[in-house]
Amino acid sequence: MTDGAVTAGIGDQIEAEAANRAIDERAYGFWIYLMSDAIIFALLLATFAVMSHSTADGPSSHALFRLSHAFAKTMLLLASSTTFGFASVAIAAEQCRRTLAWLSVTFLFGLGFIAMEISEFHAMAVAGAGPWRSGFLSALFTLNGTYGAHVSVGLILIVVLGCEVARRGLNPFVVSRLRRLGLFWHFLDIVWIAIFSIVYLPGLI
Amino acid sequence: MLGKLTIDALPFYSGIAMTGALISVLGLLGAVALITWLGQWRYLWTEWLRSLDHKKIGVMYVTLALIMLVRGFVDALMMRTQQAVALDSHGYLPPDHFDQIFTSHATIMIFFVAMPFLVGLFNVIVPQQIGARDMAFPFMNSVSLWLTAAGAALVMVSLVIGKFSTAGWNAYPPYSEAQLSPGVGVDYWIWAILVSSVGSILTGLNFLVTIIKRRAPGMRLMMMPQFTWAALCTSVLIVFAFPALTVAAALLGLDRYLGMHFFTNGDGGNLTNYIELFWIWGHPEVYILILPAFGVYSEVVATFSGRRLFGYESLVYSTAAIAVLSLGVCLHHFFTLGAGSDVNAFFGRMAPLIAVPTGVTIFDWLLTMYRGRVRLSVPMLFTLGFIVTFVIGGMTGVLLTLAPAGRPMHDTTFLVAHFHNMMIPGALFGYLAGYQYWFPKAFGFRLDDKWGRRAFWAWIIGFYLAFVPLYILGFMGMPQRLERYDVAGWQPYLIVAELGAVFILCGVVFLAVQLAVSIRGRAGLVVSTGDPWNGRTLEWATASPPAVYNFAVVPHVHGIDAWWDMKQAGTAGRAPARFRDIIMSDDSSAGVALGAMAFVFAFAMVWQIWWLAAIGGIGVSGAVLSRAFRDRDEHRIPASQVEATEHRHLTAAVPTSGTPT
Amino acid sequence: MAPQRRTNVTPKPYLIGVVLALVLTVIPFGVVASRALPPKQIFVVIGAAAIVQIVVHLRFFLHLELKPSSPNQRIALCFAVVLLMLAGGTLWIMFNLHDRTM
Ligand code: HEM
Ligand SMILES: [Cu+2]
Repeated sequence: MTDGAVTAGIGDQIEAEAANRAIDERAYGFWIYLMSDAIIFALLLATFAVMSHSTADGPSSHALFRLSHAFAKTMLLLASSTTFGFASVAIAAEQCRRTLAWLSVTFLFGLGFIAMEISEFHAMAVAGAGPWRSGFLSALFTLNGTYGAHVSVGLILIVVLGCEVARRGLNPFVVSRLRRLGLFWHFLDIVWIAIFSIVYLPGLI
Repeated sequence: MLGKLTIDALPFYSGIAMTGALISVLGLLGAVALITWLGQWRYLWTEWLRSLDHKKIGVMYVTLALIMLVRGFVDALMMRTQQAVALDSHGYLPPDHFDQIFTSHATIMIFFVAMPFLVGLFNVIVPQQIGARDMAFPFMNSVSLWLTAAGAALVMVSLVIGKFSTAGWNAYPPYSEAQLSPGVGVDYWIWAILVSSVGSILTGLNFLVTIIKRRAPGMRLMMMPQFTWAALCTSVLIVFAFPALTVAAALLGLDRYLGMHFFTNGDGGNLTNYIELFWIWGHPEVYILILPAFGVYSEVVATFSGRRLFGYESLVYSTAAIAVLSLGVCLHHFFTLGAGSDVNAFFGRMAPLIAVPTGVTIFDWLLTMYRGRVRLSVPMLFTLGFIVTFVIGGMTGVLLTLAPAGRPMHDTTFLVAHFHNMMIPGALFGYLAGYQYWFPKAFGFRLDDKWGRRAFWAWIIGFYLAFVPLYILGFMGMPQRLERYDVAGWQPYLIVAELGAVFILCGVVFLAVQLAVSIRGRAGLVVSTGDPWNGRTLEWATASPPAVYNFAVVPHVHGIDAWWDMKQAGTAGRAPARFRDIIMSDDSSAGVALGAMAFVFAFAMVWQIWWLAAIGGIGVSGAVLSRAFRDRDEHRIPASQVEATEHRHLTAAVPTSGTPT
Repeated sequence: MAPQRRTNVTPKPYLIGVVLALVLTVIPFGVVASRALPPKQIFVVIGAAAIVQIVVHLRFFLHLELKPSSPNQRIALCFAVVLLMLAGGTLWIMFNLHDRTM
């Protein structure tokens, strides 16, 4: 647990111990948070699953989903996950510039995802397939809205932490925050696997 | 400008509601006036409200729980009175008001009495029991407290502005949907639940990390005190189960606010989904409330029998088994989502499930007492009251399953009685025992013994009088939630139940008297040693009240009952050779601000005052952001200051030796 | 935290991960697009690919190891188990529902 690079430059031994422990506990707590967030997504997914045929004579998944669109979103997320991975490599190597560069690329991919999501749902709502149309659409919008909100929070955090890196360099606390953000980002990618496998692909069979 | 809020939101519809509102407002004004008159605002603010000290946060939680207990109990008393008089008549409450009362009673008792009470006890005691100086996330702890308080405030405000929900504490659709409940009542319920459930999840997370990461060196999991074990299992249940409640309430809110169709009749809605989601949480919740009480009982039994707990390991396994079983059963709702399983069978299934580990637990307590010399203190009385009631309840439960089947018991007062049997002796008595037992730890003086005994007897007699008739009425087929009836045969039982409620009223009053008498006479009740009961676990190793940092030197633990061992070995209370600086977190106003802003946000959402909601939302985000990117908010207590504090405590106290008194 | 640090140093796991993930994405999308299989089997392919891909992500992006070396790794493993259970459960609901509605 004691990590030379982490403690370097933080006061005396007592303070270094406290700092180390804080970082360790925050990582642990973050996993637990992810767990309860995963449960929220699982419940929303399960709710969607049982409502996927409750279209109330409104548009069904066949009319609304496009395979190419779903595939493009999947690719954007996968790419962003990979580039965040490269950012993590840069962080481990303590290279500020490269960290920032990869974070920016990650941000752009994420932004692309959000843009696609917004245009897709806007088009649906305008075409009379808004969330109030049927149980199926309520579940779809809620699940995707929750997901999009998570990605958006991730994007905001990328910006904020990018500024931190630029301003203060890779100090141990900034690094620990970046690590947790990385967990969050990869976690969201996993949730997306569940979403395309439960929402989009079955909806197009 | 003010959304749905108009002057008609004030309770002009009923004199009784108006009185209730006036009493609440006057009570609040009275408290404000009193604090102002005493000139204690600054003290309250700096020493308590913005404190991140886990002991103070715990005390504030328990205070919240006790205040809300009074409110919840007044609701209960009003229902009992209504049912006692409402034979062939309207009674004194209009139906709509009666429905609000049973909804608010149950909501308050579960979310704003039981939850804050148990979390408060955790807060005061668990870090000390594991030899920690603080929680893992002190600021998050304060956020949890103030979110819970915001939820409670929302329910209280609904008494004065608008009406509370009439849809029952579980807010089943379709009744809770916008068509059938167009008012703001259900919205109040939804927001109170959402705000406080976020607080609960954060609490669970916090205790999980604290217990896993902050145990004193040498304390393996299998050496943790029983109460800490209960806290660990409860926290796991909270983290896993509460998201389901959040989701259920949020989806109901989406139906109501945005016209979605999750649980509506028609348009593809599916109301059984709500019931399943609700019980994914509801099922473990029963154990979330009961396990901490069991933890208290274990500590009390061990201490007042002067013995190590019999079957420490079997107790741990029972606690863990209860937690795992309840999660397992909760998963079954996940898999039956959409299929609509018979949730009423829940109460039926619950009893046999809990029976085995509970049996083991009670057996262990009895053997501990049998081999020890029992001191009949007030906490011990509550414990014995629980054991006797639970054993009787269990036996009648078994008898009932043997009785001819096919008699539909759910939705009768039988269910109400069964539920209260679980919740009053099973949970509330445990919290009250913990309150009596640990009060001297938190404040440095004991609670008055005589009034404690009186309170106990009033509670236990009242409990039997109030709920045994309901078992009988259940057999006679009386439905629950009835605001009037025309079966003359029921009335005598309901009058007895009313009498029981009056006894419980005495119990509540006696608790208040006990507190007042004890504060007045605290000079005579003062505990000089920090260890008034000759305790066994580490929380008794600290001063009473403890220093902010609890332990000047973090103890090394070598076995179960660490403090007892230290007393036996003669190392207890010995000053260490050398003191070190201690790092503690700074206090912060951001937690209070966050809670206040969450309240503003939720209130504005209830009344659909969008600009105010925006202010509240920005306030919440601001409070979060103001803290999220700080590396550390800590100060250093120099070793010399620690030494001075400890010296004062050590000269004041000579710890008792390890022999039972 | 030490093990996490070591595995983070090279881009290799991320590259392996992204290739595997790509394959495991293309397969289900391709199967759905081509309609080469009867619906039931398509479901099986989607479900299997999803679960394997989740494992891939956990292994190569979140650096989860099967031999937990620290409390943090242990909780991460718990997380993975919960995640898989829930994903499996939801897929199971889908199958059921599909059977019921077809
Ligand atoms: C202190 C003494 C208490 C009294 C006299 C009391 C009385 C009552 C009464 C009269 C009802 C309505 C029964 C009906 O629907 O016919 C009720 C409902 C309920 N009470 Fe209590 N109660 C007490 C304490 C508690 C506590 C401590 C809890 C939980 C921690 C609790 C939880 C509930 C719940 C959940 C319901 C709702 C049952 C339903 O939905 O019908 N009560 N109580
Ligand atoms: Cu259940």
